[in-house]
Amino acid sequence: MSVPHALLALLSEGPTFGLRLRQEFEARTGEVWPLNVGQVYTTLQRLERDGLVESDEEGADGSQKRYRITAAGATELATWLHTPPDTALPPRDELIIKVLVSLRLPGVDLHEVLQVHRRHFVEAMQHCTQIKARATDDDLELALVADAELFRLDAVVRWLDAADSRLKRRPVRKPDEVAVSSPRSARKATVWG
Amino acid sequence: MTGVIELRGVSKVYGSGAAEVHALRDIDLTVGTGELVAVMGPSGSGKSTLLTIAGSLEDPSDGEVLIDGLLLSAMSRNDRARLRRRSIGYVFQDFNLLAGLTAAENVTLPLELDGIGSKAARVLGLQALVALGLDGHADRFPDELSGGERQRVAIARALVGDRHVLLADEPTGALDSANGEAVMRLLRSAAEGGVAGIIVTHDAQLASWADRVVFLRDGRIVDQTARPASAESLLVPGPSS
Repeated sequence: MSVPHALLALLSEGPTFGLRLRQEFEARTGEVWPLNVGQVYTTLQRLERDGLVESDEEGADGSQKRYRITAAGATELATWLHTPPDTALPPRDELIIKVLVSLRLPGVDLHEVLQVHRRHFVEAMQHCTQIKARATDDDLELALVADAELFRLDAVVRWLDAADSRLKRRPVRKPDEVAVSSPRSARKATVWG
Repeated sequence: MTGVIELRGVSKVYGSGAAEVHALRDIDLTVGTGELVAVMGPSGSGKSTLLTIAGSLEDPSDGEVLIDGLLLSAMSRNDRARLRRRSIGYVFQDFNLLAGLTAAENVTLPLELDGIGSKAARVLGLQALVALGLDGHADRFPDELSGGERQRVAIARALVGDRHVLLADEPTGALDSANGEAVMRLLRSAAEGGVAGIIVTHDAQLASWADRVVFLRDGRIVDQTARPASAESLLVPGPSS
């Protein structure tokens, strides 16, 4: 999560104080990610160092400094808003690694491993749906965060389902039946460009 | 728990000999008043068979089904048909509305088939449509309604009168996510109003609206979720973590 860019976004609406930024950040993100005051001021100091924000030098009390976005900050914000996150390489996902290393482990029922995780993720989805179901119509932020979390969890469940059906169609090889595969670098180049 | 829908040791076998297919094996499932249970599993896991047997549209090869505590196998054909008309509502992915009937006529059809006079049936039908936010749509034909509205008419038909057993097969499969969510909110509130429901689906987002999710694999129940604890914050981890 990019706190610096979120703060730049809030400052693009007009100059404000650090404490106010913290309240706004939490309100705008459905109060899902609490932010401590220290983190807000550290981030603002870094943004100021990088010339992306500037502050009222008159404020004697640090907490009462008013911050405003600079032209460079506005450019940085626009670039961030229009740049999708990096998807070039798959994240090192613990679940995927767990399933891959289980493939040839003796005595491991992989369908059971997949099911334990499926149940866990569906329970987490029930939890999110319950929150979304109770959210009031005007709580747009919370609904959006709940949706994002539901789609993320749903993707994991779909992957578990796909893995289950792939394994059903093609039983797992035993350790002594390791297939001859293309060199690692070649595979990586093919899949991830 | 006393169940509104109860499957005890239900198995279903199609064909015989080499062509024998075990669609369901020894299913125990109880759904109480106000409970929404999702049955989740891949294609061919037995989901739809489970639904048709729970709804008395098909007989199990073995085991018993009880609706409102009544043993289906002990009932006459006529009594079972009456139970289906009066107590059980079905919702399908493709809505299954009759194209030549208006929304209100679709909803009141099961009541009229059950011998209720058309005026009384219309009053109940309009109540069901209003409850689903379809006031003003009563005299429209299905092809004059959007997909989301058609599915709401189908839900009104499933819940009209005293029906309190709801069986749904991928009810949001033909809808976009906003309409799918609206339909699930309606099914959820039907359950909160005392309806016992089973939804079969392969879709985890849909299943997550249920109080309990039962996982079906190769005709067997292999696992189920715990009833979710009251959720206060998205930061609180899920119940089994």
